[in-house]
Amino acid sequence: MTALLEIKDLVVEFSTPGGTIRAANAVSYDVNPGEIVAVVGESGSGKSVTALSILRLIPDPPGRVCGGEILFQGENLLQYNEEQIRQVRGRRIGMIFQEPMTSLNPVLSIGRQMTEAMRLHLGLTAAQADAKAIDLLKLVGISDPESRLKAYPHHLSGGMRQRVMIAMALSCDPPLIIADEPTTALDVTIQAQILELMKDLCRRLGVALVIITHNLGIVARYADRVNVMYAGRVVERGGAREIYRRPSHPYTIGLLNSVPRLDRPRGSPLDPIPGNPPDLTLLPSGCAFQPRCTHCTAHCAAEAPALLPLGQEHWSACFESEGLYGVAAK
Amino acid sequence: MTMVDPDGGSTRRPGKPLLELCDLRKHFPIRQGALFQRTVGQAKAVDGVSLTIRRGETLGLVGESGCGKSTIGRCILKLEEPTSGKILFDGADTAGFDRQDTAAFRRRVQAIFQDPFSSLNPRMKVEDIVGEPLLVHGVEREHSAIAARVRRLLDVCGLSAGLADRYPHEMSGGQRQRVGIARALALRPDLIICDEAVSALDVSIQAQIIRLLEDLRDEFDLTYLFIGHDLSVVRHICHRVAVMYLGKLVELSDCDRLFETPQHPYTKALLSAVPVPDPEIEERREHQVLTGEIPSPTNPPSGCVFHTRCPLADADCRSVVPELKTVGPDHAAACLKIDQRITEPA
Repeated sequence: MTALLEIKDLVVEFSTPGGTIRAANAVSYDVNPGEIVAVVGESGSGKSVTALSILRLIPDPPGRVCGGEILFQGENLLQYNEEQIRQVRGRRIGMIFQEPMTSLNPVLSIGRQMTEAMRLHLGLTAAQADAKAIDLLKLVGISDPESRLKAYPHHLSGGMRQRVMIAMALSCDPPLIIADEPTTALDVTIQAQILELMKDLCRRLGVALVIITHNLGIVARYADRVNVMYAGRVVERGGAREIYRRPSHPYTIGLLNSVPRLDRPRGSPLDPIPGNPPDLTLLPSGCAFQPRCTHCTAHCAAEAPALLPLGQEHWSACFESEGLYGVAAK
Repeated sequence: MTMVDPDGGSTRRPGKPLLELCDLRKHFPIRQGALFQRTVGQAKAVDGVSLTIRRGETLGLVGESGCGKSTIGRCILKLEEPTSGKILFDGADTAGFDRQDTAAFRRRVQAIFQDPFSSLNPRMKVEDIVGEPLLVHGVEREHSAIAARVRRLLDVCGLSAGLADRYPHEMSGGQRQRVGIARALALRPDLIICDEAVSALDVSIQAQIIRLLEDLRDEFDLTYLFIGHDLSVVRHICHRVAVMYLGKLVELSDCDRLFETPQHPYTKALLSAVPVPDPEIEERREHQVLTGEIPSPTNPPSGCVFHTRCPLADADCRSVVPELKTVGPDHAAACLKIDQRITEPA
């Protein structure tokens, strides 16, 4: 199967008062048609920057894509001009952001915002676009869609606004949707509703989904494949079951040991990763995780480990992964 | 029956009530009109909550946004005046406190807030932030004595003494939250209200702060009211848990019982909504997804406030307000349908 999206060695830099930082440092991952791929990591790991670069949504300056390729349906999006990339945004790749309050325009009605992309990209008439918007709102489970078209974002709750965002992302039938922390701002029960809806729609319509999150539970429940990022690099990748069964990068292992879990006996102690998240202006030489790593050796300070295959559907960027592979399995 | 102590065999047994809430209500008036404002309604943020926090225990208060959990915390801290009901601290009604009592009360009850970015004054150095309570309450007056105590507090909270003359913006989120904790500890309080104290932190830092809170609890015999929405975290740190929905208590129980045999349909739905970080378990698990939205507290549903989203609701639920009933030892739930159901583990 050829990949729908293939990011190869993407480098994104930001110039800051403290110096140039590399938010994405040779990031590579791919997405096959119809699958759900998770990108998981903590703040500053580069997960959002990479995703935003796909649609050229990084403000330039201060941000700059300095290298790599973003192949979407075989074409390198980095070589597109502004007009061409506009044809990709919303038309060929849909986007759902974290904060539905700030990503919808507060002074335009829901209908106006939903139909804009359809009229622009699909050349629909106003009436056709309205009809399609009503269908989409029904699809995402919004009651009384006809009157919702005239509503404004502040009339809707957070969960409803996120449903509208999903409807908008689907409006031009894109083969790929990127969702950046789509449920972080929502309550637990609403989060479950929205994620179930997204999974169900993607499976039904055959849309591929890149879901960017810091929540390991969400990844486990919804993703087919996982990319774990740390300090601008993908440090571990593989099938979701495989990664959770045999985490082999010390960072992934540390993350999994850091979260209290409902399925484990109460009172099992947490085993946090020591130290602080990386300061991208002061990254150590070699492996960026090395100052917090309990398996670190002299080798780790000298050289940054590459992401290498470890087993079936499993890659890890750590010199010690061979030894850790399968050891951390419960 | 003796329960296995989930806290790794510590000898701590919850003692006498430290804080009691009796039928606490906090209604916020909704005003309209530009010049002559009139009250057009009430938002019932907290609507008749009775709770006891025992000395030495950690009580979790969970629920979704707008359920009133933070308002309860603010009422206890005397940041809000309750509409009705009583708050008893060590048996004394906090509403009747004079200036002196209030000052003493504030020494004994401290708070840690969610956002370490906005709860620390950006113009103050760490040393001054942590030392300020000592100065305000006249515990120490000498600069050198304050500095020495601040260094000890920072050390207890895992911060190096070198950070004392830094400003909040020079620190990471986890370090800032440690500063907030050091400030809360400065007066050696009995009770700390942790309002979403770990919610804004990254996963690896969150685990560090949870560990710190647990260690401090043991070291200083602290009592926590732990307000949160992350059930996995609440289960980890709390001894008892109260679940709130739209200003009302729907279930109150010993932590183990609540998570093993939840009784209220809302508690069950909340638990089911929390994903477990293991794809194989997730595949087998049944996901009960609640339909509908959380109603507004300005116009809460009649009868049981949960009936609009409850899978078990019938005509009775729309008219009768359920009382909190005992359903087991140290376990109470407010649901009309509880007698008719078999207790089953979720």
